[in-house]
Formats: sequence, C-alpha cells, structure tokens
Amino acid sequence: MEENRKVVIELQNVRREFRVGSEIVKALRGVSFKIHEGEFVTIMGTSGSGKSTLLNQLGCLDTPTSGEYILDGVPVRKMRRSERAVLRNRKIGFIFQNYNLLAKTTAVENVELPLMYNKAYSAKQRRQAAIEALKAVGLGDRLEHKSNQMSGGQMQRVAIARALVNNPAVILADEATGNLDTRTSFEILVLFQELHRQGRTIIFVTHNPEIAQYSSRNIMLRDGKIREDVENKNILNAAEALAALPKNQDD
Amino acid sequence: MSLTNLLKVAITAIMSNKFRSFLSMLGIIIGVAAVIIMMAIGQGSKESVRKDLSKMGVNLLTVRPGGEMRGGVRLDPSAMQTLKMADYEALKEETKLVTHISPEVTASGQVIYGAKNTMTSMYGESPEYMDIKLWDIKDGDCFTEEDVKKSSKVCVVGTTIVEELFGDKNFDAVGKVIRFKSIPFRIVGILKSKGYNSWGMDQDNVMIAPYSTVMKRISAQTYFNSIVLSALSEDLSDEAIEEISGILRRNHKIKEGGDDDFTIRSQQEWMETMSSTMDTITLILVVAAAFSLLVAGIGIMNIMLVSVTERTKEIGLRMSVGARGVDIMSQFLIESIMISLTGALLGVALGYGGSALASTFGLPSSVPLWSVGLSFAVCAFIGVFFGYVPARKAARMDPIEALRYE
Repeated sequence: MEENRKVVIELQNVRREFRVGSEIVKALRGVSFKIHEGEFVTIMGTSGSGKSTLLNQLGCLDTPTSGEYILDGVPVRKMRRSERAVLRNRKIGFIFQNYNLLAKTTAVENVELPLMYNKAYSAKQRRQAAIEALKAVGLGDRLEHKSNQMSGGQMQRVAIARALVNNPAVILADEATGNLDTRTSFEILVLFQELHRQGRTIIFVTHNPEIAQYSSRNIMLRDGKIREDVENKNILNAAEALAALPKNQDD
Repeated sequence: MSLTNLLKVAITAIMSNKFRSFLSMLGIIIGVAAVIIMMAIGQGSKESVRKDLSKMGVNLLTVRPGGEMRGGVRLDPSAMQTLKMADYEALKEETKLVTHISPEVTASGQVIYGAKNTMTSMYGESPEYMDIKLWDIKDGDCFTEEDVKKSSKVCVVGTTIVEELFGDKNFDAVGKVIRFKSIPFRIVGILKSKGYNSWGMDQDNVMIAPYSTVMKRISAQTYFNSIVLSALSEDLSDEAIEEISGILRRNHKIKEGGDDDFTIRSQQEWMETMSSTMDTITLILVVAAAFSLLVAGIGIMNIMLVSVTERTKEIGLRMSVGARGVDIMSQFLIESIMISLTGALLGVALGYGGSALASTFGLPSSVPLWSVGLSFAVCAFIGVFFGYVPARKAARMDPIEALRYE
C-alpha cells in the first residue's frame, strides 16, 4: 500500500465494551488498521457487526475501552469530552444518512455551522468559506435556499459542503446515500470520487456492497473484528455508471 | 461560540416559535408589570401624603392629653382631661421657640341652614389656628381674639359646607346664620379650598369657631382635646418639644422621673410613621407580585425543557460538528435569559402604561426608576436560574444518542 503517505488514522487493537444490565456486550473486539491520506475507504458490515461503534470511535464521539486511536497524530482515548469536541471541529467532517440540516435555515448558514465553533474565523471569513464549499459541491446558485426548499440530493450536497468547510483531515460518511434514489445516489458518489481525486481522505460506512466498488479500499467487519481488508484494484467510475442509467426518470 | 453568534442563534430559536415564546414570556410580562405598578402606586401615595402633610404645616406640633400608649393599658377618662386653660396660657406666655398657638376642641354633628343640612366637624380654635394649619380665607375674615373672649357665635366654614347648604360653593355666605347642634353661628369667613387629602378625606368639610364658644355652648367641657403649635422652624421642632414639655410638666406638677400625662408629636414624626406604614403595605404588595415572577420562571423552565427535548437532534448535530458542552449550555442559557429579559422589557412598558392608567383613575402613582432596574436584574436572574437546569440537560447529552433521537 501507500506506505510513504501520511497516516491519518491509526487504530491499535481498539476494543469497546458496553454494559447492558448485568451483561457485557463486546462491540469491538480488537480492531487495528491504518488509513493514509487520500484514501477512500468503505467500511462494511451487517447490523450488529460493530460498524456503528467503529464509526463513533473514528468520529471521536466515543472512546475505546482499551487500545488506542490516533487521529492525525493525536491520541484520542484519554481526551476529555470538550477536547474531543474541538478535535471533531478541526479534523472531522460528518455526513449523515438523514442530512441533519438545521430546519428553517439557509444552505450557507448550515454550512457555516462548524466554523461558528472555531474562534479563528471571523463572520466574513466564515461566510466566504461556506460559499466556496457550496460552490465545490455544485450549489453555488442555491446559497440562500432554506433546507425545506431543497430536494434530498441537494440537502445531502449541503451536508457535504458542511463537512468540507473546516478542511478536515478525514470525511466520515454514514450511509450517506441511504435515503436517496439510485440516480441521486450516483450523483453523490460522483461527488465523493471527485473529492477523492482532489486528495481528500474519505471513510464511507455502509451496508451496501455496491458502493465498495467505487472506493479505493474495503474493510469488512463481522462480530466486532475485521474480517477482510482489501485494496480495490479496479475502481469503477461513478460518472460512467450515472451516464449508463436509464434517463426516463422524472426529469 | 462568540456572543454575537449566540445571540443570533437565540433570536432565531425564539422567532421560530413565536407564539410559544410569547406565552412563556407572558408570565414575566404580567409579573413585572404588577411589581412596577405596585411600586409606582406605593411611591406615588407616599409622595402625595408628604405633600399633603407639608400643606398642613411642616412645623406643626400637637400636644394631646395622656401619656404614650403602653401595652394596651387603658387610661381612665380623667387622664384625657389634663390640658387646661392654664396650660394654654402658660405656653402662650413662656414659649420662645413657638410662633403660633391654638387650643383645640372638636365636635362633630349636623349643620343646618333652612331646609338643608350636612354632617361636618367643628373645630374650636384660636385665630392663630389659620397660621398654624396654613388656611387662607377666601371671603370675609377670620374671627378675632375679641370673639374668643366673648365666646361669640361666629364661625369660618369650608367650601364644602357652603356648597351643601347654599347650593353653590362660590356663593358668598358671609353674614348668613347657620345652626350647629341647634346653636346659631354667623358665618364671618369662608376658607379657600384645600381639596381632598391622600386618605380621601374632604379637607373643606370643616367649620372653625372660637374655642371658647365650642367649649361653653356645645360640648360643655373645661379641658382641651389638644393644643396645636407652630415651631419657629422645622429644625427647631425638637427643641420646641422640649420647651413645651418642660412648661407642661411644671404646670402638672410631675416629679423628676415621673411619666408625662401628655404627648407631643411633630409633623415630621407623623410623616415618618405614615411613610413606614406605606412602605410596609407596598412591600407586602410587591412580595405578592414577586411570587408571580417565581411562577413565571417555572413556566420558562418548563418551556425550555420541552424545547431541549425537541431539539435533541440539533444538539447532537452541533456537538458532532464541534460544539462543546459549554457552547450548548450557553446557547440555551442565553435563550432563556433573552425570553425573560424581553418579557421584562414588555412588562416594564405595560407597568408604565398601567401606572399612567392608575393616575387617571385618581390613584397617585409614579414609577420609581430603581424598580425598573430591579425588574431587569431580577429577570436576568430568573433567566439564568430557571434556564440552568434545561441548559445543563442539553449540555450533558451524549452526541451519539442525540443524533439517533427521533
């Protein structure tokens, strides 16, 4: 693999256990891997495989019971809640299945949100960065549209712009195409591949094996362990797949 | 998050649910308005009482028979008859710190002219009384020392009596003969109107006659109900009281260390008693109104708790993009402070309106500026105090749970 590249994510034998009543549930049973800068990794697994728990670990929303997680050179396990909040703010861009945009709020304001929690940005810089991020996802003409005036695909683009705006070390997408129809899903995938080409590090968590074909590496989880971790030698082009789709849909 | 951003977020949140925000403000609005109106009326009444009392003469001293009331012990009637002619004469002769002096005998009853009659108070006084109580004569003149000596059946009346008996308060009744308790009195002067005082008493419903006439012909008594005097100046009231007290003790042969059988009060003491009574009443009303603010605060807390639950997902999102607990906490605190301060603002406006309305209905009221400041301070405190629990609940949410919340 690309050993000469910078390591963005490193998991060292990460375990995560939950206490449910008197039982202890082992959601992650020793997971180790490294992700380098510029990789587009899909993490797959059925429900109960520990996929969501792993995502929460990667997103610094949770900490390992044992083992260590190093994000962009920063060990996370012993960090306090507020320190992890700042780390998320600077190094991670989240994209959710259901977009999670603020209601009754314009696209540009939604994208500005992460920078609101970063004092280094002035109001002017914040708006400028948000406008640029929206342009990058192809919504330069919809800056002032409110979230309830947009389609699912547009809302997800706003969410992607929001994930890009802080120029994160890694973009974490959780079933980002799960709520979209086939065509829109491919449009979003095209966008992800474009970001990948620009050198962004992307982790895409999904249960849909089709998506894995468009990423550069696949990690398969089962019962809290890595079952498979392979490089994808034959990355499909989402733009071509999109063009091949029958065009008889509503538009 | 910077304060400007926090304020913006709070305004957005409040405006996106206008009706609910208004309802939660309503308690504060009503509470603050009630507090302000109560304070305004309290303050206004105090001011008007002060004005009335100073109209009666700021240097006024009143000597009454009987010692200071103690422990509810009843004095025998003879103790109330200690102020005699000799006392009046001695005081008149010897006091140096007193400008005017008048003995006082009071009676009340019906006054009749022709077919008309009215109830009134009769004051038996000396002519100096006019200077002590600052009465002006509108028509005619006051009776004289000569009238006092002769116990003449003459009187000075207030305009209310003129109106009641002669149908018109501007009627020139000088020279007319009216009857008080079947004794005829010739009107020699009419008093200039003083209007109602702040207790709602008609100060013009009076009849003033020589004390000697009232004592002999009406109440058949040899003692005075009181003696009223004017001190040389307001500052000399205390010295004047001492002087009077010395003369009376000597006259009444009270030994060193013995209790006075009379009481001297100055107008100033009166004022102080009145204001402290008013203060107590105002305080009780304000405390009652303040309780409504407490209830309003609980209302805000309730709404904020609902709002936090409703916005669980938003909180999860904000946390995932980097909001710290303290950011979320300040967001909700600012929101509750803003609700209560906006309520305070509207409440103050309503309070001003209410107190203006009270004034037009004849209730004296003036909004004390400090009560406005106090209202805002209390409401800011309410915002923080009752916003804290919901804000803490929001700040302590687990972002993973919050994002999953439906």
